[in-house]
Amino acid sequence: MPQEDNVPKPERIPFFQRMLDNPFLLLFIGVAMPTVFYILWGIMEIATIPVAE
Amino acid sequence: MAQFRVCPDSGFYFDKSAESLMKVNAVAGAVSLLIAGVLALGVILTRWQEVHLLPADLFYQVLTGHGINALIFWIIFFEIAILYFASSTLLRTRLAAPRWAWLGFILMVVGAVMNNVAVFQGNSSVMMTSYAPMQAEPHFYLGLILFAVGALIATFVFFGTLVIAKDDQTYQGSVPLVTFGALTAAIIAVFTIACGAIILVPTFLWSIGYINHIDAEMYRIIWWGLGHSSQQINVAAHVSVWYLLAGILFGARPMSEKVSRSAFLLYIFFLQLACAHHILVDPGISAEWKVFNTSYAMYLAVLASLIHGLTVPGAVEVAQREKGLTKGLFEWLRKAPWGNPVFSGFFFSLVIFGFIGGITGVVMGTEQINLIIHNTIYVPAHFHATVAVGTTLAFMALTYLLIPVLFRRALFLPWMAKWQPYVFSAGMTIMILFLLGAGTLGVSRRHWDMEFTGAALSFEYPGTAYMMMAVGAIGGVLGVLGGAMYLIVTVGSLVFGKKLEASAGLLQSFGVPLSSGVYNVAQPEQLPMAPKLAVEQHGSGGFEAPGTFVLAMALLVCFVVYYFINWDYLASVWPIS
Repeated sequence: MPQEDNVPKPERIPFFQRMLDNPFLLLFIGVAMPTVFYILWGIMEIATIPVAE
Repeated sequence: MAQFRVCPDSGFYFDKSAESLMKVNAVAGAVSLLIAGVLALGVILTRWQEVHLLPADLFYQVLTGHGINALIFWIIFFEIAILYFASSTLLRTRLAAPRWAWLGFILMVVGAVMNNVAVFQGNSSVMMTSYAPMQAEPHFYLGLILFAVGALIATFVFFGTLVIAKDDQTYQGSVPLVTFGALTAAIIAVFTIACGAIILVPTFLWSIGYINHIDAEMYRIIWWGLGHSSQQINVAAHVSVWYLLAGILFGARPMSEKVSRSAFLLYIFFLQLACAHHILVDPGISAEWKVFNTSYAMYLAVLASLIHGLTVPGAVEVAQREKGLTKGLFEWLRKAPWGNPVFSGFFFSLVIFGFIGGITGVVMGTEQINLIIHNTIYVPAHFHATVAVGTTLAFMALTYLLIPVLFRRALFLPWMAKWQPYVFSAGMTIMILFLLGAGTLGVSRRHWDMEFTGAALSFEYPGTAYMMMAVGAIGGVLGVLGGAMYLIVTVGSLVFGKKLEASAGLLQSFGVPLSSGVYNVAQPEQLPMAPKLAVEQHGSGGFEAPGTFVLAMALLVCFVVYYFINWDYLASVWPIS
């Protein structure tokens, strides 16, 4: 019997937990979400207001 | 080289550099709170129409200084101290780049001083929001920019410390929940400060003549990314403090780590979008943008707050029931340490934030009923429930814990500390409730004279509105007294408090390290992963925390009743036939 069969496999970390354990991924999401939905969308709305004549 | 000390009372490990930085940031925050509190008296005693203390110019000047010192400087200085505690101390690691951290602190102090100088010189009474085209002196904006840059450096020192802790394997598994909450606060801080830079740098250039125009609507949208998100940093930070205090006071463990972390994740995704409720009545922005950013997205952040509001007291209840306090629904709460200001401050912060701040926040975020109270004194009432009580009182409670642990001093005038959360909460709650009432009657915020003396277009408020403003002001004065008690206890402790460590002298209270012999730990032991909770039944009827469930149902009933009262009120002020 090969020896490596006796070595316990490391526990697989679920995807969700890996995401929560990655501070820089969370930083990206936490900055991207309001930047897209609040800032960029809001600026686009203002930019499309016709200029008064 | 040994650079850690272990606190003999709490078992916390303090890195020498991080300890000094926590102290100086907390002290700078307290100084800002002192300025904000003194200025608050001027605001309160002017809005109390029968007293009407200050002339108009001075009122707006004082209101500007109060807002910035309370909502920006006090809380962010203190939050930087929390970030260093949540990373270095809780993860048992050295602080990343302490020299950069000191640079950040110096920039923050210079910025805060510069901004205050601009305000007190009298030509920058533009309120905290400093809406363009109102223009302040250049050093008003420059001070804010320097402060923001310093805070950003401190935030990245926090991220760097997380990386060091992971590389050095100072903890097992995931970071503790309190650190995860602080991470949430730090992420929101990065967005907040970026918004500040995007709008304040061009506004500064406009103030010195390099740019000739700032679009007022563009300014409002981006500025609120700074102004409101800075208050969202508070929410994430004080919820983390709640978990910390519950753990330290009761040995309470979160009822479900997964649920609590998911709630923080909802904050990361959605909390900052709530900035949009300030723009709800602005023309030119579509209903889709307003509804998505306030109602849909914000409610998911509200859901997260509801989760924390359930799990924090629930964790305390479970811990108390484990100790045998199992009679009825509320023995665990009745027999809680109400004489300990750490507990009373923590619990009042939680209840007032949830019941008043949370419910009024949802009303303000609903586009239709927001119309009733938009830009009235209701708005300051709401954010005094969330920031002045929710955040500030949580930070005050944490201070009482940290004075012996971090500063190694015993509390000065402990009887005063015992009563301080009660006086502060009672005063602020009276003020908040009556200002909510006055706001519902339409009393404007930021208005020097509600009698409109000499105005071409005047308006006569009902007598009830004057009465509510007066009672609210009495509550506000009581709240300021509670704030003064906090400062007397904290400053008194740092200066006169009994030394718990021989080398904890006056200079050490303000950031100088303790004697070198105290730092005798080269590297703390690895923080073990908390054992999994055994599934137990402490409550009755299948609930682990039945008392908390009843409190949560009471909150729900209050919320539903108040929400629909506002819809009914909207129907009465804007009849549709």
